[in-house]
Amino acid sequence: MQIELTINDKVVKWEVANDEFLADTLRSHGFLSVKKACDTSCCGLCTVWMDGKSMLSCSVLSLRAHSKKITTIEGLPKEAEEFAQILSAEGAEQCGFCSPGFIMSVLAMKNELVNPTEEEIIHYLTGNLCRCTGYMGQLRAIKIYLGVA
Amino acid sequence: MENVGQSIRKIDGMAIAMGKPVYTEDLAMPNALVVKILRSPHAFAKITSIDISNAESLEGVECILTFKDVPNARFTLAGQSYPEPSPYDRLILDQIVRYVGDEVAIIAAVDEKTALLAMKRIKVKYEVMEPVLDFEQAIGHPSVVHPEEDLSCNFEIGLQKENNITSSSHEEVGDVDEEFKRCAVVVEDVYYPQAQAHTMMETYRAFTYLDHAGRLIAVSSTQVPFHIKRQLARALQIPASKIRVIKPRIGGGFGGKQTGAGDVFAGLVTLKTGKPAMIIYDRKETFSATTSRHAMRLKVKLGADQEGFIRAIDMQVLSDTGAYGEHAPTVLGCVGHYTLPLYNKTRAVRFDGKAVYTNKMPAGAFRGYGATQGTFALESTVNMLAEQLKMDPTEIRLKNISKVGETFLTGQGVMLGSSTLDRCIAKGKELIGWEEKFPRREVGYNKVRAVGMAITMQGSGIANIGTASAEIRLNDDGNFTLLTGATDMGTGCDTILSQMAAEILEVPMEKIIVHAGDTDTSPYDPGSYASSTTYVAGGAVVKASEELKHKILAQSAAILGVAPQDVEFDGLAVRTISGDQEISFAKLAELTILGTGKLQLVGYATQGCEVSPPPYIAGFAEVEVDQETGKVDLIDYVAVIDCGTVINPNLARIQAEGGIAQGIGMALYEQVRYDEIGKMATNSFMQYKIPSRKDVGKVRIAFEESYEPTGPFGAKSIGEVVANTPPPAISHAIYNAVGVRENHLPITPEKVFLGMQKL
Repeated sequence: MQIELTINDKVVKWEVANDEFLADTLRSHGFLSVKKACDTSCCGLCTVWMDGKSMLSCSVLSLRAHSKKITTIEGLPKEAEEFAQILSAEGAEQCGFCSPGFIMSVLAMKNELVNPTEEEIIHYLTGNLCRCTGYMGQLRAIKIYLGVA
Repeated sequence: MENVGQSIRKIDGMAIAMGKPVYTEDLAMPNALVVKILRSPHAFAKITSIDISNAESLEGVECILTFKDVPNARFTLAGQSYPEPSPYDRLILDQIVRYVGDEVAIIAAVDEKTALLAMKRIKVKYEVMEPVLDFEQAIGHPSVVHPEEDLSCNFEIGLQKENNITSSSHEEVGDVDEEFKRCAVVVEDVYYPQAQAHTMMETYRAFTYLDHAGRLIAVSSTQVPFHIKRQLARALQIPASKIRVIKPRIGGGFGGKQTGAGDVFAGLVTLKTGKPAMIIYDRKETFSATTSRHAMRLKVKLGADQEGFIRAIDMQVLSDTGAYGEHAPTVLGCVGHYTLPLYNKTRAVRFDGKAVYTNKMPAGAFRGYGATQGTFALESTVNMLAEQLKMDPTEIRLKNISKVGETFLTGQGVMLGSSTLDRCIAKGKELIGWEEKFPRREVGYNKVRAVGMAITMQGSGIANIGTASAEIRLNDDGNFTLLTGATDMGTGCDTILSQMAAEILEVPMEKIIVHAGDTDTSPYDPGSYASSTTYVAGGAVVKASEELKHKILAQSAAILGVAPQDVEFDGLAVRTISGDQEISFAKLAELTILGTGKLQLVGYATQGCEVSPPPYIAGFAEVEVDQETGKVDLIDYVAVIDCGTVINPNLARIQAEGGIAQGIGMALYEQVRYDEIGKMATNSFMQYKIPSRKDVGKVRIAFEESYEPTGPFGAKSIGEVVANTPPPAISHAIYNAVGVRENHLPITPEKVFLGMQKL
């Protein structure tokens, strides 16, 4: 089936199977920042934006992306790099496998929450798992990024 | 120092954070066959028939392989230096399946859907046998997990296959039983640290193809490229010269990727079909068909005299290695090796251990490697001892720990070269507020807060076994290329090894190109495990860089017409000490490498150590326990670390915070569980709970640097030691809070609640 969507500000027409998930479709079209790691909608690695809201692309059928605006980290080079620089300066990317999805969640949080408290930050990002860092370095980076350090 | 000791960002940091295509799957050829594995539904069974005809005939299926199609050479998936201590006890596919998830058939097809459809069409008949599920019943069980005649070991490891004993270990100095009789206080208890899953975010995966020379190339998410090469050669029965293993960026390992996973299956498909093949374990396979931490039973007995000096230690260990013996003897040995040297006022020490086969997923290497289990048991018992002696738990440690220049009873005369453990304990006490908070205080609403502590050590590399080589050369353009076999798996070793080289060569890091983890081009390195990289590979990089520096000075002096002692490094050039002449590295490169020079300057070194100097940590936990429900909240965790000189403070801190979080998971949340037929009950993140950012409280790290005389710039290791203190420290804090001493990990609210009912 064909879907028409906007991916990182570019309109595309893609053939997708009825049972195909968006994360797989995105990867097959070269958006390799999108990672999958859990198969059960738990880890947050596949986080992208649909119409500006973060969502798990492993759990959304590609058909549902028809006529939607999808954003991956490849579409936000400037904004993502600003935060990635801070994250990396803390050493808090470590293996980096969860970083793109995590960064997409952080950027969405910045758009959604005004002056979030530490508790609100932690709550917003709970769905982004990381096994390397223990989360402390990520929190330090977010505070610097939001200017609440 | 300009580079060493600086928090320099990882050289690959921005690429991986921004999602650039640098991991195994990203690099695979789009036409690679998809490899899937049919796995056993039974814990212990013999395949009596296997019919693949309906699957093979499916369009798009490239090949289906069963036990009839694999080489008949047993091997181990453990990534260890040759000769591997782990038994050669597995085939790529075997007629006997030994756990739920064991491999039955390999399916290769043009796409995943076809492969999965083909899998459903394979008909297998099994003769089901009685499995060994309880590791405490394994010795003497009527079922023998490995009855086969052709199982072999490279050397004696105490294997008795008819008794399901994989390996045995015994060490004894002095007369332990006599010494206990002389002790004023003797305490003992039994501990059950659980199987823990690594859950690295990038699951196991490998991509294989044949290159222009017909060699098998494996791009693998591994910590041990050279070991994977040797493993593939043995398993596939092809010469090692026909294999190249490349490690790209790795999405975490934690020891899991020190054991081979899908490489042999993809490799076999590529050899059989001549086509590229890709295997990706899904999360369920990663949980249920790879390895976990060894579950153990540890009995610890401690005796002390009136003044609180620990005089006798007895440790008896039973380790569950599961269906195959990957890392069984070495993890077992490390339980004692990385705990007993902590305390050296002893007069008698005994360690006795056995690892046993069961019909469950194999255990393997996991950050801490036996030290984690041993630390939980020993340190919990030391806390009991302190209570019996009415001593502060920090005081009994300070009284008994090994000091610099001292030996320990089982240490065969090896002297401790560096330690600031006493300062770590003092600093940790201060940071957690021990004096005010120990042991407990009521905070209202039925809640109580308490603190607990533990200390730990690990090694740095494997003494007399671990070696690493490094090569660094001056390139034709005046830059440098550092070649190392060390495997950065997110830990940052590509960066810290360049920091070391840059420090020696007095050049900015951007002048150094790092190329690592490729068995065709890297000098030999066993890989990143056993807390080796900074200490052993770092040592090799320092030596190689010094050799190159020496050669640069000598050549520059010759060109400038002065004696070697009359020149020195100055920026990107060598100049005479008098300052009147200089030659840039670029010019030196031009004159030596190009044209008439005919001499590329290369530094090369192999490093291996006779000692494995221990890093130390003092860990302190503060918990809040709800006395009505047993719920435990971790409020604060303080870890003060002696890893020698800290090469890169930010990367060391992240290593520590991440390791502590894994230790917190082990203490409170995580457990690999099986149902009554031996099927894993925790094969997704829905059942197996790793800590989320809400579950780790506050983790604070501080360093108390020592200077290790044998280490590069005085450095020791940090990668593993960080996982060890949370289970005993948190358990201690919970005991201090509500009086429940729970020795079965993890300490869930249910166990705390039930424990409180029994008080």
